[in-house]
Amino acid sequence: MTTETRKPQESHQTLWDISVPGRSGVRLPESDVPVQPMPDAALLREELPLPELSELDVVRHFTRLSQKNFSIDTNFYPLGSCTMKYNPKINDMVASTPGFSGIHPLQPEETVQGALELMSNLQDILQEITGMPASTLAPLAGAHGELSGVLMIRAYHERNGNPERKVMLIPDSAHGTNPASASMAGLDVLTVPSDDQGNMDLKALEAVADDKLAGLMITLPSTLGLFDPGIVEVCEIVHKAGGLVYGDGANMNALLGRVKLNDLGFDVVHLNLHKTTSTPHGGGGPGAGPICVGDRLIPFMPSPVVERHFEGGVETFKLTSPPNTIGTLSAGHGNFGVLVRSYAYLRALGAAGIRQASGDAVLNANYLLKRLQHLYYLPYDRICMHEVVFSGKWQKAQGVKALDVSKRLIDYGVHPPTMYFPLIVEEALMIEPTETESKETLDAFVDVMIAIAGESGQTPEVLMEAPHNTPVGRLDEARASRQPDVRYRA
Amino acid sequence: MNDVFPHSYFPHTQAQRAEMLAVVGVGSVDELFADIPERFRNPEFHLPPALTELELGRELGGLAKKNAVPGEYASFLGAGVYRHFIPSVVSAMISRGEFLTSYTPYQPEVSQGTLQATYEFQSLICELTGMEAANAGMYDGASAMAEAALMACRITDRDSVMVLDTVNPRYRAVLDTYLLPQGITINTVSLSDLVVDETTACILAQYPNFYGGIEALGDLADTAHQAGALLSVSANPVALGMFKAPGDYGADIVSGETQPLGVSMSFGGPFVGYFTCKNEYIRQMPGRIVGRTVDHEDRIGYVLTLQTREQHIRRERATSNICTSAALIATGTAVCIAALGPGGLRQMAELSYQKAHYAASVIGAVDGYEVIDDGTWFHEFVVKCPQSSKETTKKLLLRNIIGGLDVSDSVPNGMLFCATEMNTMTEIDALADALGQIAKGS
Repeated sequence: MTTETRKPQESHQTLWDISVPGRSGVRLPESDVPVQPMPDAALLREELPLPELSELDVVRHFTRLSQKNFSIDTNFYPLGSCTMKYNPKINDMVASTPGFSGIHPLQPEETVQGALELMSNLQDILQEITGMPASTLAPLAGAHGELSGVLMIRAYHERNGNPERKVMLIPDSAHGTNPASASMAGLDVLTVPSDDQGNMDLKALEAVADDKLAGLMITLPSTLGLFDPGIVEVCEIVHKAGGLVYGDGANMNALLGRVKLNDLGFDVVHLNLHKTTSTPHGGGGPGAGPICVGDRLIPFMPSPVVERHFEGGVETFKLTSPPNTIGTLSAGHGNFGVLVRSYAYLRALGAAGIRQASGDAVLNANYLLKRLQHLYYLPYDRICMHEVVFSGKWQKAQGVKALDVSKRLIDYGVHPPTMYFPLIVEEALMIEPTETESKETLDAFVDVMIAIAGESGQTPEVLMEAPHNTPVGRLDEARASRQPDVRYRA
Repeated sequence: MNDVFPHSYFPHTQAQRAEMLAVVGVGSVDELFADIPERFRNPEFHLPPALTELELGRELGGLAKKNAVPGEYASFLGAGVYRHFIPSVVSAMISRGEFLTSYTPYQPEVSQGTLQATYEFQSLICELTGMEAANAGMYDGASAMAEAALMACRITDRDSVMVLDTVNPRYRAVLDTYLLPQGITINTVSLSDLVVDETTACILAQYPNFYGGIEALGDLADTAHQAGALLSVSANPVALGMFKAPGDYGADIVSGETQPLGVSMSFGGPFVGYFTCKNEYIRQMPGRIVGRTVDHEDRIGYVLTLQTREQHIRRERATSNICTSAALIATGTAVCIAALGPGGLRQMAELSYQKAHYAASVIGAVDGYEVIDDGTWFHEFVVKCPQSSKETTKKLLLRNIIGGLDVSDSVPNGMLFCATEMNTMTEIDALADALGQIAKGS
């Protein structure tokens, strides 16, 4: 693959470029009611400068756009921390049945019992997976779940007469959403270091766990893809100091069916349903970030929570609000369409299936670790969980950055891994294959990574100029930021 | 190599697993989990048995059948979530795997589809709202309004907001969740009691408001600006098909939910919040923003931009913690607006206006019912009923009608009815007849 294979420039026409006045892609029926007087013309708009397109114009435009994307349906996505597993098609089918997609969130409860039953069943399953006694499906994404969780921890301390407990400890390997969520909840963030094995530094933790401590936000396995064998001690130190432990469930795919977070000492944990339970990522959402909650925090959960009742042999379901709730997070009850997909996935797998999912996910990551560690520096040489973090520092010595390795992967049809994260690994390349990728795909990926390691030494310029076969090459991000052009102007 | 579970989602054969384990240098998959403290490893998991795809369809189909679908009933429920016509092209486009199963477009070279579609979404939303800049979307309308309030506090360096009591109470509840922990004071006031001073960051209004009314945004903008505060408006995008844009009245931040435009009601989500502001405030916006730029050969391309505002760069000093939002729904909205065009959108808005005003006129003519009709309103209106709202709801349901929302906490026996182009005259007349019978005790 060389620079000569570059395709001619593709069309970048926007909706406005193809607009022809007088066209329309939808016709609505004429009004069937007697004409009603219109409002004062001063209140009405004169102009509605939107593009005018035929139905086929619309279909062709967006179909062509879609073809410029990589996606799970078309490409391997070894994107660490994002769990880009296959999204089963049946899940989308069931979510779009009118009985789910067509119902209004404020309908009388007796008319939505099927929806509430599904939510209640999903709560039960997520509670069993985490071992937590309660849960709510209300948060609309992982970071939304984080915000709820830290608000609950804050409310807990305030309710117990400890409003001064405002320090949230966050490891240096954490996702950026952790400190941002703590900050939105009005808490103060204090970063704690990892030790040389990538585990939490217990001494450093003990040193800062004092009577100002609100809690700790920790990802398990960590963003280094490692299970911290001292996790129980970590939770004990935090509890002993009067704090609570928030679990970021972004990496839950490694633990499905293997361990219950409640047993380890977690007080609240969110799950990213769009990662662990295979709901489609949609180019950046929608997701869902339900939280599962330990005993102490149950009264503070955001509402609503679905409750199951038995009356006279009849099972009914109700939306309820916990007594000391931190409040509501949206005008609805959670991202229901995502919850349906997640429920379908978990019902398709059952207990043995989720265990197989984590087993194969971890096997795949360790297989890549072993096959690539002679070519890419492995900062933590131990068994990894669902993802493996390499460093591109050997390639950096040849003048090639992790970014160049990643962009070169695109030429071979592979989505780049997560780069430069976690921040504590130099030139990080974080690779998460997931359980739905076959050995053939992994072997092909290894071959590509071997080829790129070779190119790095022999023809580094090919990497530095990659990708070569995409609709556009590397884009001028500095210019985008300096002169923001965020909307089309005719 | 115990308990292997064959499934269509998992490609490995047992022989392949054995081969891979040999490469890794362990004897079983279980050995890979040795870092989990032994006493907590492999507990029992009591989950319902696995289902095949065939069984799954039956099981979930059975649950779906237990719900009453507004399409099969006559429905007059709105209150923030609306039933409008959704052109087939919307689901056809966003069901495409290339949109549906792609990741957040951090790698622009392989994400130009999502990025351009999002840029077009931002552009369409700017045109609709009359605003200068938009982001790629928020979770929903309520959290978008809360983020708008936080943004206004950052811009003005003030810590108090005035919320009109005509704003959707469910949105106001979310404001409490987001703002109070940050020490921001929320004053909920009626229009007549509105006072803005040097501590006020912004006025928060809804357009049309929760009860359907068209607020005088020009006056609100003047009131806010005279005190150095901002005006933040949450607007229904279908109403913007006919009513003057908030930007034309001088609003500083306009947000809302695009649900009425191409998004199924889906029991309240997933939706997408849109978020716009004046250009001067763009660096204070929350969420992702797509910008247009060029590559090294001067070819036009799109990227996520101004990322130094965001949590993955700025961490605890980010403008928001938001990460995954609802890109797919935003793309669906862009498809819907592109299909409707200016004519279709205006027609959808006017049909909703016409049907709702007709419904108000026939309900107002029924003995015992009073329509609250002060000023201009769009497609929702409050009716004072001669019996409790609970009774009205229940008896309408017996007649296969999903009535309006019970708003008896603010208007005695009040119900908030909504009509759109989806409601036929026959349905509306049947609703009026039913209300007449219910008033007579049947």
